[in-house]
Amino acid sequence: MRVDEVPQDNSITYAGHKKVLYAQDASGHYMTVQSSGWVVEETATCDAVAEYEARAEEARLQVLAGTQSPLAYHMYRCRMDLPLLAQVSGVWRWRIRRHFNPRHFARLTQRQLQRYADVFDISVAELKTVPGLDP
Amino acid sequence: MTFQHSQSAHCESGVISSLVSHAGLPLSEPMAFGLANALAFAYIPLVKLAGQPLIAYRLPPKFIIKGLCKRLGVKVAFRKFSNPMAGAEALNNAIATGRPVGLQTSVYYLPYFPEEMRFHFNAHNLVVYGRDGDNYAISDPVFEEPVVVASRHLNKARFARGPLAPKGLMYQVESLPDKIDYAKVIPQAISKNFKVMMGAPLPIIGVRGMRFLSRKIARMTDDPKQQRLFFGHIVRMQEEIGTGGAGFRFLYASFLQESAELLQSDALLKASEQMTSAGDEWRAFALALVQECKQSGSVGKAALAEKLLVCAEKEAAVWRFLQNWTRA
Repeated sequence: MRVDEVPQDNSITYAGHKKVLYAQDASGHYMTVQSSGWVVEETATCDAVAEYEARAEEARLQVLAGTQSPLAYHMYRCRMDLPLLAQVSGVWRWRIRRHFNPRHFARLTQRQLQRYADVFDISVAELKTVPGLDP
Repeated sequence: MTFQHSQSAHCESGVISSLVSHAGLPLSEPMAFGLANALAFAYIPLVKLAGQPLIAYRLPPKFIIKGLCKRLGVKVAFRKFSNPMAGAEALNNAIATGRPVGLQTSVYYLPYFPEEMRFHFNAHNLVVYGRDGDNYAISDPVFEEPVVVASRHLNKARFARGPLAPKGLMYQVESLPDKIDYAKVIPQAISKNFKVMMGAPLPIIGVRGMRFLSRKIARMTDDPKQQRLFFGHIVRMQEEIGTGGAGFRFLYASFLQESAELLQSDALLKASEQMTSAGDEWRAFALALVQECKQSGSVGKAALAEKLLVCAEKEAAVWRFLQNWTRA
């Protein structure tokens, strides 16, 4: 890649930051060049983020409908999935899956709730609710 | 303490090259990367990350630091902690020694990362070079400028759990070698790298891994959503995760060029050109993948698989050429 081929696409995923790429100058010598983004990379990143957002939104609607606990919403909002949440929280997958059920979630102890809240970096009160839900 | 922040393409090679340079042995990022024989390729369908198979363009985390230090004879002291409080205290004591400290952290809990880049990746490296009360002065090699992070966030990032959990890993350069015999270590590193790329015992690593992934693409299901996620994942692993472009291929080409100058070797210069050309092929592959993502069927699975095979063949040619050079 030549220096003038380094993409400068002002990707929103960079949030105004610049990343370093290695490219050749006119004489073929390698140097570092700052890039403000590449559309190709931006598309892929936004796709991955949108996937989590779509899942979180789906989970949120299920919470409003009363068919699921807020746990799944927070999990997807924090860009996690079930295997990852299990690893990060140290709670077994089948137990987390059980806690997706509003009935079981309502019976969780303060300690168990705190464990999830720590992982998501939020308070227990926030963990128990989702945007759009009346307290 | 004053610390020369320099922005680099990749976090691990950037951290170790600036730590070693700070200790008194000037070392560029491409040199650190190349001498650690860090270039690789792996496609491991059994290991899933967020539901997608593991695709890597370099050796696993920590191999760059360990490999480089072993090859050069740089001594680095590593410490891990089971107790976050002990980890925080040890970090404060280490900073007080006046030497910068390398840390392994999770990206997700670092507040200065752009929102869209915050994924649960636990093997991000950065340098801490100072403390002011509750705030740490941090030189993160993939950012333009040094940043300040509150201890709460830094501790959270150091002790994140999950795959590749950092467990508070911190490291400091202890001692440097008297001199480096580049005529010896460069061929060594290249020869070792040849073995990773061409001689792996499993068909999932090196050039064979690329061919394997190519077959997988050709046989991919027709479900556009699955395709989109999978292709997007390949592009992200190749371009987004701080690779310096084309999955570290340009970084390695830069290493070959610097080595060519050090050793006055025309062969290495030629190999650098070939590696650049392979890198350009990878960039074209990523472009085609995203085109296919945007409009399913616009490129076609067969054409994508074919493009990846071209990358594989180009790299195989470079590595055979380099191996001949190390044996000559």
